[in-house]
Amino acid sequence: MKILVCISKTPDTTAKIAFADNNTKFATDGVQWIINPYDEWYALVRAIELKEADPSTILHLVNVGAVDCEPIIRKALALGGDEAIRINSENTDSFYIASQIAAVAKEGAYDLIFTGKETIDYNGSSIGGMVAELLDLPYISHAFKFDLEAGNALVVREIEGGEETNKVALPVVVSCQKGMAEQRIPNMKGIMGARSKPLKITEPIAADSLTTVGSFDLPPAKAGVKLVSPENPEELVRLLHEEAKAF
Amino acid sequence: MSVLVFLDQADGHITKSSFEAANYASKIAEQSGTTAEAIVLGTVADDLSVLGNYGVKKVHTVSDPSLNNFDAQVITNVLAQAVAATGADVIVFSNSAAAKAVAPRLSVKLKAGLVSGAVALPDFSNGFVVKKTVFSGKAFAHIAVTSAKKIITLNPNSFTIEMGSGIAEIMPFAATIDTAKVTVTAVNKITGEVSLSEADIVISGGRGLKGPENWGLVTDLAKLLGAATACSRPVADIDWRPHHEHVGQTGLAIAPNLYFAIGISGAIQHLAGVNRSKVIVVINKDPEAPFFKAADYGIVGDAFEVMPKIIEAVKKLKQA
Ligand SMILES: Cc1cc2nc3c(=O)[nH]c(=O)nc-3n(C[C@H](O)[C@H](O)[C@H](O)COP(=O)(O)OP(=O)(O)OC[C@H]3O[C@@H](n4cnc5c(N)ncnc54)[C@H](O)[C@@H]3O)c2cc1C
Repeated sequence: MKILVCISKTPDTTAKIAFADNNTKFATDGVQWIINPYDEWYALVRAIELKEADPSTILHLVNVGAVDCEPIIRKALALGGDEAIRINSENTDSFYIASQIAAVAKEGAYDLIFTGKETIDYNGSSIGGMVAELLDLPYISHAFKFDLEAGNALVVREIEGGEETNKVALPVVVSCQKGMAEQRIPNMKGIMGARSKPLKITEPIAADSLTTVGSFDLPPAKAGVKLVSPENPEELVRLLHEEAKAF
Repeated sequence: MSVLVFLDQADGHITKSSFEAANYASKIAEQSGTTAEAIVLGTVADDLSVLGNYGVKKVHTVSDPSLNNFDAQVITNVLAQAVAATGADVIVFSNSAAAKAVAPRLSVKLKAGLVSGAVALPDFSNGFVVKKTVFSGKAFAHIAVTSAKKIITLNPNSFTIEMGSGIAEIMPFAATIDTAKVTVTAVNKITGEVSLSEADIVISGGRGLKGPENWGLVTDLAKLLGAATACSRPVADIDWRPHHEHVGQTGLAIAPNLYFAIGISGAIQHLAGVNRSKVIVVINKDPEAPFFKAADYGIVGDAFEVMPKIIEAVKKLKQA
């Protein structure tokens, strides 16, 4: 079996969110970069578990990004995976990125393609579905449980107010979220081993972008908290009812 | 030319956020001098003509029960046919589980630029620019859609409905339906509970509540207010509460009218998922808890002393 896991680089969850160049660019000064948590904790770790269960599995990682993505790619390889492919391109929009990944995926004829449910910076939730459509494959989004059974995938995905179990024959594209696997920390052997794993660089194919980011802004600051005495919690209820009209 | 809105349904009923999406679509139509039409798939119990009150002129229905089995690929192909038939150039979804599975596929199929998680109407003054949440709610981006066709998924609780009056025309739509590759083998839904992403009021608990046995302080208040319940990440991680209640940067992002946080410190990753709430209330015994900086109302106090009194006061208010 061949698995492809899509990984992307995002700012650390504690990074200060600020913008530069007239609010048209994310201010990257002093920002620590990480593997998008959904890609790392859930998609990648679940794929590694599948490889552990069946060592003949071939596990590839793919990233669309410039050379500054290589540290997070190496970190991902330290967790597991046989080789990584970096498509040497800046990220423009989801359609462009998905087109790049689909090209690599087609070439590699993967049985299983995993993405995170979204990136924690752009929150697009769209790469998996786009790749699936580009490859004419079924797509299951927001999965939190994945098992293989006789050439079929059994996937549990989140729906509003509950969950749904899906059965689908491979190949399939799946976007992963919490529940799929437990976060792992790379060990020394993994880190050393990652250095010698192949990291192939390919040039992007010609593809369109359908959207562009114009500018960013931050939510307005709060006016400040109105504190109510713990001796008189009833006052809070009155304020919420009469002043905030919250209920 | 028209605007087409996909109406999501749950157990035969159009979801609350789909009505928001319908009204949003009709406002886009108004601004671009066209009309809004809707499409509903599967078996629906509701009277769909009421969509007229939300500004929708026609509702196309594909009531084939095979569509109750959700396969994103099948649904995408049905929607693409509806887009062709209606000549829609803007397609609107509420940002639901269904939309997250279908909208990206449809984007590729139609070569339509996709903005997911929109929080405001498009700005037409300089092309077609849509405001969406980024950095898990810590910021907004203004995205210009440059393709001829455009797709928007609207975040729940982000757009205020303006009701009008009208009766939508119901029109069965004859679509070719593919054979599904994905089979739904089981559905497990907690019925009777308010959906967290759509809820007006959310009561949420953190590690400060000490253990699952104390969750009555959260659920009793939620019941009184018809609210949904949520929790911080460690609470879900240690299985005090189910995973789907986890809100924050790596959980669900929500924007209720009222977010009531009990025993939650307000870590940056937690705030990311809840800071778009209109009114935030924090109950925490630590005056230095970062959550107070993001709150509108608060009590510095012990939840175990304060909450029973709050619950009593709400009970009285509801009885009055
Ligand atoms: C990459 C990453 C992603 C993350 N994503 C998320 C996320 O999506 N969502 C999330 O919530 N967290 C997330 N976290 C974790 C986050 O950093 C915090 O650790 C977490 O939110 C803390 O949860 P808490 O407030 O319930 O617990 P604590 O930090 O332990 O806080 C408990 C609070 O309860 C108060 N308290 C204690 N006793 C009482 C009492 N009797 N009465 C009143 N108050 C009391 C304390 O003063 C304290 O402020 C993430 C962390 C990382 C590193």
